Amino acid sequence: MRNFLAIYQREIKSYFSSPIAYVVIGLFLILAGIFFYLIISNFVQMCMRVDMMAQQYRMAPQKMNVNMMAIRPIMHNLSLFALFFLPLVTMRLYSDEKRTGTIELLMTSPVTNLQAILGKFAAAGTLFLVMLSGTFLYIIFIFLYGNPEFGPIFTGYLGLFLLGLCYVSFGVFFSTLTDNQIIAAVSTFVFILVFWAIGWVSGMLSPALGQTLSNFSLIEHFDDFAKGVLDTKHILYYISFIFIGLFLSFVSIESTRWRGR
Amino acid sequence: MIDVQQVSRYFGDVTAVNDVSFKVEKGEIVGFLGPNAAGKTTTMRILTTYLPATSGTATVAGYDVHEQSMEVRKRIGYLPENPPLYQDMRVKDYLEFVAKIKGVAPAERKKAVDDAMAKTAIGDVSTRVIKVLSKGYKQRVGLAQALVHNPDVLILDEPTVGLDPNQIIEVRQLIKRLAGDHTIILSTHILPEVSMTCERVVIINKGVIVATDTTDGLTKKHAGATRLTVSVDAPVAAVKEKLATIKGVTKVEETSGSEYTTVFVESDKDVEIRPEVAKIVVANNWPLYEIKAEDVSLEDVFLHLTTKEEGTVS
Ligand SMILES: Nc1ncnc2c1ncn2[C@@H]1O[C@H](COP(=O)(O)OP(=O)(O)O)[C@@H](O)[C@H]1O
Ligand SMILES: [Mg+2]
Repeated sequence: MRNFLAIYQREIKSYFSSPIAYVVIGLFLILAGIFFYLIISNFVQMCMRVDMMAQQYRMAPQKMNVNMMAIRPIMHNLSLFALFFLPLVTMRLYSDEKRTGTIELLMTSPVTNLQAILGKFAAAGTLFLVMLSGTFLYIIFIFLYGNPEFGPIFTGYLGLFLLGLCYVSFGVFFSTLTDNQIIAAVSTFVFILVFWAIGWVSGMLSPALGQTLSNFSLIEHFDDFAKGVLDTKHILYYISFIFIGLFLSFVSIESTRWRGR
Repeated sequence: MIDVQQVSRYFGDVTAVNDVSFKVEKGEIVGFLGPNAAGKTTTMRILTTYLPATSGTATVAGYDVHEQSMEVRKRIGYLPENPPLYQDMRVKDYLEFVAKIKGVAPAERKKAVDDAMAKTAIGDVSTRVIKVLSKGYKQRVGLAQALVHNPDVLILDEPTVGLDPNQIIEVRQLIKRLAGDHTIILSTHILPEVSMTCERVVIINKGVIVATDTTDGLTKKHAGATRLTVSVDAPVAAVKEKLATIKGVTKVEETSGSEYTTVFVESDKDVEIRPEVAKIVVANNWPLYEIKAEDVSLEDVFLHLTTKEEGTVS
């Protein structure tokens, strides 16, 4: 535990003493803010149109569901932006240690590889949590001007967090494979993108295959969270995904010793 | 303190270390000397548990590097060829981090860091960010890192490489000061370094140990020995034959690269053979171009040992 904490704290300090954390958090929030504004103004316009139509045809004004029509697309947007930014958060975790040679310090200290991997994973996860909490501001804004249900917001954020940890765990893995940060980031991005889109793409080829493969799609599992449905099936899927990423990182680091690089 | 038994390590087809055995006693300071790609770094990485050996066993402080690697890691300080520095950290924060992961108890950490900084004389840069430091300071921070948990054994891989002459002297003096408290093994491809800092030397070439001795012993054994360079205009065979008859001569070796016949004549330490050589040259009427005496240095021993090896390996 002490070693885990030592690694974790070092990584956190390293994020916040370099520009990377601020740039990533800042750009993520700006991008999220722009799309939040677009989605909300779109939603407001739609409400006004519906109201006008109702008046014209003398019907009772229809109630628009802010959760379904605004918050759900916002959650989907955030899940995509996280995909852009999290590989930048995880890319240096191991590749930089390899490039500068500090890996030799780490791997000749009485710290197990598991402690080191978990410490790094947790640090990147924490940074993601900070990114996500920034977007609460936008959600509070909705609460001020509307009355959304709280449930779907909670499950949406839970889904986002788990999904982000999936990105992070494979981000750690790809960073163990190379001493080049850019390669680590790009491979993470492409790998996750494939798992994102695997359902639609294969669906275009053959609907049956699409059905099967969409069970493995990261984003298919996310939609229920965004809609406010909490299903253990999805939670288990994400947890397995995270576990596999961490396990592969472990195998990769252990085998580094045998390969000698 | 360190016991290496028949250790080999292959990287694919490359044999980096081949059946290496040696011992280092407690409190000793041993130089691990060899040209580039001799297998020094690989051997040290095996000792520090960074790499596993392909075969053979090694123990450090009584613990097996493979089976009990965590115990070994607690007892060693390691300065790799490139000092393992987190460039964005401040010196003091970095050393505190290292102390933490090396298992120094929280109550003792501050003192451990201060002591390591005092020993390596880096107190004046303790709040600087590592990346702005000069190469010499970085190297000393690297040494402080290896020392911070007061390990039994220090393993230093080419600790002076890339430093300017003044910094080299400083680092060597520093290592010598550390010698009393720790068992030290340091690698180098520079000979004078070994004769200046080490008590004993292990010479490695192409993955094989070619000699182990005290620094003095090695020089004496091979350099007991004055060596004459004799250049004459005469057939090689005749020159070799005649000169070998002189009393006290141990070896006559021809060399190439000169337009005349040039031979090295090695003799026992206390025998002066120059007059005898002169007599023979005159008696045979050989035109003489050069006759020069020199003491054999550790440098020659090293060259001699490592070039001799070439013939047997390849
Ligand atoms: N990780 C590695 N992968 C492949 N070959 C290696 C690796 N490390 C070292 N070698 C090879 O092993 C030999 C010994 O290298 P090394 O131990 O670094 O020598 P030294 O430190 O004495 O210069 C060299 O031929 C080197 O190319
Ligand atoms: Mg080396």
